[in-house]
Amino acid sequence: MASSVPAPAGHAVPVYDDGAVRLFTLAAVLWGVVGMAVGVLIAAQLTWPQLNFGIPWLSYGRLRPLHTNAVIFAFGGCALMASSFYVVQRTSQVSIFLPRLAAFVFWGWQLVIVAAAITLPMGLTQGKEYAELEWPIDILIAIVWIAYAVVFFGTIGTRKVRHIYVANWFYGAFILAVALLHIVNSAAIPSSLTKSYSAYAGVQDAMVQWWYGHNAVGFFLTAGFLGMMYYFIPKQAERPVYSYRLSIVHFWALIFTYMWAGPHHLHYTALPDWAQSIGMIFSLVLLAPSWGGMINGVMTLSGAWHKLREDPILKFLIVALSFYGMATFEGPMMSIKTVNALSHYTDWTVGHVHAGALGWVGLISIGTLYYLVPRMFGQTKMYSVPAIELHFWIATLGIVLYIAAMWMAGVMQGLMWRAVNPDGTLVYSFVESVKSTYPFYVCRFVGGLLYLGGMGVMVWNVIKTAQAGRYVPLRIPMGAALPSAA
Amino acid sequence: MDILFLLVPMSVLLVFALLALFRWALGAGQFDDLEREGERLFEGDPPKLDADQARD
Repeated sequence: MASSVPAPAGHAVPVYDDGAVRLFTLAAVLWGVVGMAVGVLIAAQLTWPQLNFGIPWLSYGRLRPLHTNAVIFAFGGCALMASSFYVVQRTSQVSIFLPRLAAFVFWGWQLVIVAAAITLPMGLTQGKEYAELEWPIDILIAIVWIAYAVVFFGTIGTRKVRHIYVANWFYGAFILAVALLHIVNSAAIPSSLTKSYSAYAGVQDAMVQWWYGHNAVGFFLTAGFLGMMYYFIPKQAERPVYSYRLSIVHFWALIFTYMWAGPHHLHYTALPDWAQSIGMIFSLVLLAPSWGGMINGVMTLSGAWHKLREDPILKFLIVALSFYGMATFEGPMMSIKTVNALSHYTDWTVGHVHAGALGWVGLISIGTLYYLVPRMFGQTKMYSVPAIELHFWIATLGIVLYIAAMWMAGVMQGLMWRAVNPDGTLVYSFVESVKSTYPFYVCRFVGGLLYLGGMGVMVWNVIKTAQAGRYVPLRIPMGAALPSAA
Repeated sequence: MDILFLLVPMSVLLVFALLALFRWALGAGQFDDLEREGERLFEGDPPKLDADQARD
């Protein structure tokens, strides 16, 4: 399937096919800006409710799922698809399998995103968190996802090196798990084109939903981006991962453990107590593989720490890992039932999610995109490296403001809600806790605005880089592959 | 909680599938020479070694 360009000697030289990679890279930047802008708007709406304007399509309840879908599936999804198509070709030393199907994956995925951007503000939703889209779009997602799996695993199947690089194992687990999760959780009985009812009822539905919701975090937002980490950190640092052996242990330990931790989203609900306890125990166990992988990635720079000072792309990648470490420590702690009694339903959860989303997923994706963009336009580096540095510091400051505000707001809300007078009545009414949260919401809005501002700097830099160059197909280094070819 | 009769067996089946995959990977020699596989990422790249990289 290798596409070719004429070689000087007169015969075709096999090259990598980066058509879909280039499109997905640019789409990721675009959807990043859109998704984060919606996030900033809804953060402002929580602070100043007048910004709902009384218009249903702009109301918080409809825009919130638009924000989550846009940042997770549009921004994160495009970044994952771009990087996985890039990585699987390089590490397999073969051109992409069925390039036309790869193009279909791109356009199909964009169609899903546009359909989401239209239907969610209209109020069409299945009401399942991170799985809001109605059944016709769910079917489209399933088709595009299967095409994605065919392209990815087809490329691995036609690889020219015997070993499957660890990043591909993570990407592969992400693709297969998301297919399974999506199909089981989205099972629904349609009553019209725009309305359906879940195949499960009551607490059963809640359990399926959080089996999905938790593993979507585990396989979409963790495994997929770890695939990114295991390729782009070594590449950008120009040294192999600290321990390749540990990276293999990381992979198998993570995928065997993650599936069982979902019930921690349903502590103190109608879910049986023993199921909650199992969820909590597996969540605590997860700390080990998560931190093993985090340390492995960071220690890749062992002996070359000076690179962290000089290279802003490495700053993005390594700081992303430290947020991964923080979030995977915080998560197991919050899954402990006594801690959860305080944290659940408060803004602490929102802060935890954004430590992972802005810190881990956002920064590792942005670092990867800064690696990919110049290479998609025949350049060696971005138009402005100082602008990357600027983006890094604005984004990091934004994250710190955001998370710190939500931690304080969350703990305060938890304490206010549980405070009781000696006679057993509540000390605070709910609205008093809302009122006390106001300054933290302002702070969170400013943090989000800074993070979005960083993306603005990135857009300028990407446009300048794209204008300065044009795509040059890269030759596949066949010779290097031969000694270890199967 | 009838749903657990679906989710638990499905997760157990998945574990068995993963074990089979692991067994295949082991048998296919995927893990035979691990540290070298990490370094192969740089094959085909122009040589660009730092002085500190000569650590081993």
